[in-house]
Amino acid sequence: MSTYKLSHLKELEAESIHIIREVVAEFENPVMLYSIGKDSSVMVRLAEKAFYPGKVPFPLMHIDSKWKFKEMIEFRDRYARENHWDLIVESNMKGFQEGVGPFTHGSKVHTDLMKTQALLQALDKYKFDAAFGGARRDEEKSRAKERIYSFRDKFHQWDPKNQRPELWNIYNARIHKGESIRVFPLSNWTELDIWQYIRMENIPIVPLYFAKERPIVEIDGNLIMPDDDRLPAQYRDKIRMRKVRFRTLGCWPLTGAVESEADTIEKIVEEMMTTTKSERTTRVIDFDQDASMEQKKREGYF
Amino acid sequence: MEKLNIKEFLDQDEKKDLLRLLTAGSVDDGKSTLIGRLLFDSKKLYEDQLDALERDTKRYGNAGDHIDYALLLDGLKAEREQGITIDVAYRYFSTNKRKFIIADTPGHEQYTRNMITGGSTANLAIILVDARSGVITQTRRHTYLVSLLGIKHVVLAVNKMDLVDYAQSVFDHIVKEYRHFAESLGIPDITCIPLSALQGDNVVTSSENMKWYTGKPLLEHLETVHIGSDKNFTDLRYPIQYVLRPDLHFRGFSSTVASGIIRQGDEVIALPSMKRSRVKSIVTYDGELELAFPPQAVTVTLEDEIDLSRGEMLVHPDNLPLISRHFEAMLVWMDEKRMDSEEAFFIKQTTNLTRVKIDKIRYKINVNTLEQSATEALELNEIGRVIFTTGKPLFFDPYAKNKNTGAFILIDPITNNTCAVGMIIDKVEMKDMQEFEIPEISLSKLGISPEHFEAIEQVVRELDRQGISIKLNQ
Repeated sequence: MSTYKLSHLKELEAESIHIIREVVAEFENPVMLYSIGKDSSVMVRLAEKAFYPGKVPFPLMHIDSKWKFKEMIEFRDRYARENHWDLIVESNMKGFQEGVGPFTHGSKVHTDLMKTQALLQALDKYKFDAAFGGARRDEEKSRAKERIYSFRDKFHQWDPKNQRPELWNIYNARIHKGESIRVFPLSNWTELDIWQYIRMENIPIVPLYFAKERPIVEIDGNLIMPDDDRLPAQYRDKIRMRKVRFRTLGCWPLTGAVESEADTIEKIVEEMMTTTKSERTTRVIDFDQDASMEQKKREGYF
Repeated sequence: MEKLNIKEFLDQDEKKDLLRLLTAGSVDDGKSTLIGRLLFDSKKLYEDQLDALERDTKRYGNAGDHIDYALLLDGLKAEREQGITIDVAYRYFSTNKRKFIIADTPGHEQYTRNMITGGSTANLAIILVDARSGVITQTRRHTYLVSLLGIKHVVLAVNKMDLVDYAQSVFDHIVKEYRHFAESLGIPDITCIPLSALQGDNVVTSSENMKWYTGKPLLEHLETVHIGSDKNFTDLRYPIQYVLRPDLHFRGFSSTVASGIIRQGDEVIALPSMKRSRVKSIVTYDGELELAFPPQAVTVTLEDEIDLSRGEMLVHPDNLPLISRHFEAMLVWMDEKRMDSEEAFFIKQTTNLTRVKIDKIRYKINVNTLEQSATEALELNEIGRVIFTTGKPLFFDPYAKNKNTGAFILIDPITNNTCAVGMIIDKVEMKDMQEFEIPEISLSKLGISPEHFEAIEQVVRELDRQGISIKLNQ
């Protein structure tokens, strides 16, 4: 009997594929939110596996806040082209034209307008009834209790007090018109699982994850890599070259780097296991207010 | 401990398996402290496997003596203070032998619903008791729910042994009483461990204070308990999840193997059409497979062009599931809204969705005393034995024999909430029970010409997929 045994990674893979197929079978218009990060890269590979030898039957959508690292955008476009992805890119153009950004408006306003509102506008525009996201339960407290199928009302709001019971691998896909669900196929993966899977499957990821000499300016204790000329003048002469890598990727003014020598996946894992900081602490955004993630999630952010 | 370099560590780590566990017990039993210690101490051990690890010494304090392990799990506490009811939180930890997912369910209230939600996928349940109070009503309730969910492995963690002077007699007494009760519920594997979560006795390392205990400490037990034969590898059940037709040349049936083994070349029979074919190939992104087993998610192609859609099932011809519109099940009511026994609910079982009516509630069960009593309707957290009739035949097995084909959820047709969950006991003969009226359409009688039949059939199939059954006659 012991031959009929899956490794933990293969079992997680099978669980995720089951979820992705289930959504496609039961929803009319699903989309996969693609953040260009490592978790998204794993999620995309799982979608490819779920429908092989067919093409993935839903589009990928990237919400571009217009403040992403240039390397992320290059990676996104190349990857979509090479793999024939149906890629949608959406931004809050009104916010962009009005010059909304973290330096001028603060991280809270920026995140709300350029990420949350941009996402909600895009979901309404295409009338998606299910949106896959790459969030994991081990990332953050409020995610530890979230369902795999996370129900959202007409205003895309999450109600943590009123979640549907979710048992076995039987998912309740019934919604009323205008309502939607967010689906988290990676719920049970940990950060280590993600790295191991990337290693096992040779999944390409944005080079920013690997340590390299990069121009860095320290802002409020965070190591920020200025990626374009929108860095405020007072910081410009404080830029120094430092060997850093990014543990998460997002808007460049809101994503702190960590000093690191880890330039391979193996070294990243080794570093991860010897460091105390949890993954999201390098995101400046989380320090804005108390219980900020739960608040953002209720408002519709992932 | 064997030290490894990072490459060896990862190569070895990739191959370990996964154990899902449920913890039951209240904060007073020291549950948070126990989970905190498991998470924390195992992490230290796990990382110590790595060679040349430069450890931040501040991180672990002085030998762990002054750490409040319960504080590490501040999530649930914080939520209670905020007044947010949460039913289950998931926590993750690893050792070099296994990865673990803990479903942690808080509190006393709503316990049935919480435990059922957290435990549905668990391989093992840890039931905590306080050595000073022994087996109490709550212990019996937890154990009953564990047996209802078909969890095959139970660890009775007799905690706070330090407060009873590590006395063997106390432990033996509790174990005797517990086994007597739990074995009557048919739980096949019960392991009892005396421990002190606070002091660390028998959690990760063997206790110096209880040399009389010769079994494994908790973590070692969790790492080595054999779960491989818990799955059903005997009865092939392949419920079609998605029909994959990327082009004219490929027609595959994608699904997760619910039970049994499906092999290339196997003769299979499609339910409900009873058409036969052979498995031509088992396709995956990583290459074709000779065979697939649960819970692998694969795509099967067949030798013959037979019609097969979502909700239907492939099985071996000599091993059919039960096929019926009538069955009885243990039902757990999960909704604040009381059961309306006149309602036509949606039922989802494997990949099938249809309507269902409640014919009769045989009894409800008191989870504290296991006494049965009559009732007209179930309320939140109540469990009853219920007879159902579905809108179309389902393919199922008793839950005790096959979790994946014996489990179902009920969905309220108005709120769309998952209002109940059930575990099938068996089919029932229903000659004298009320029949579900399935509307019938006779196409020729309606004067519809044959060229439209296909389009109408397609619509009817789609309606059927949505749970609305119509019988079509040409």
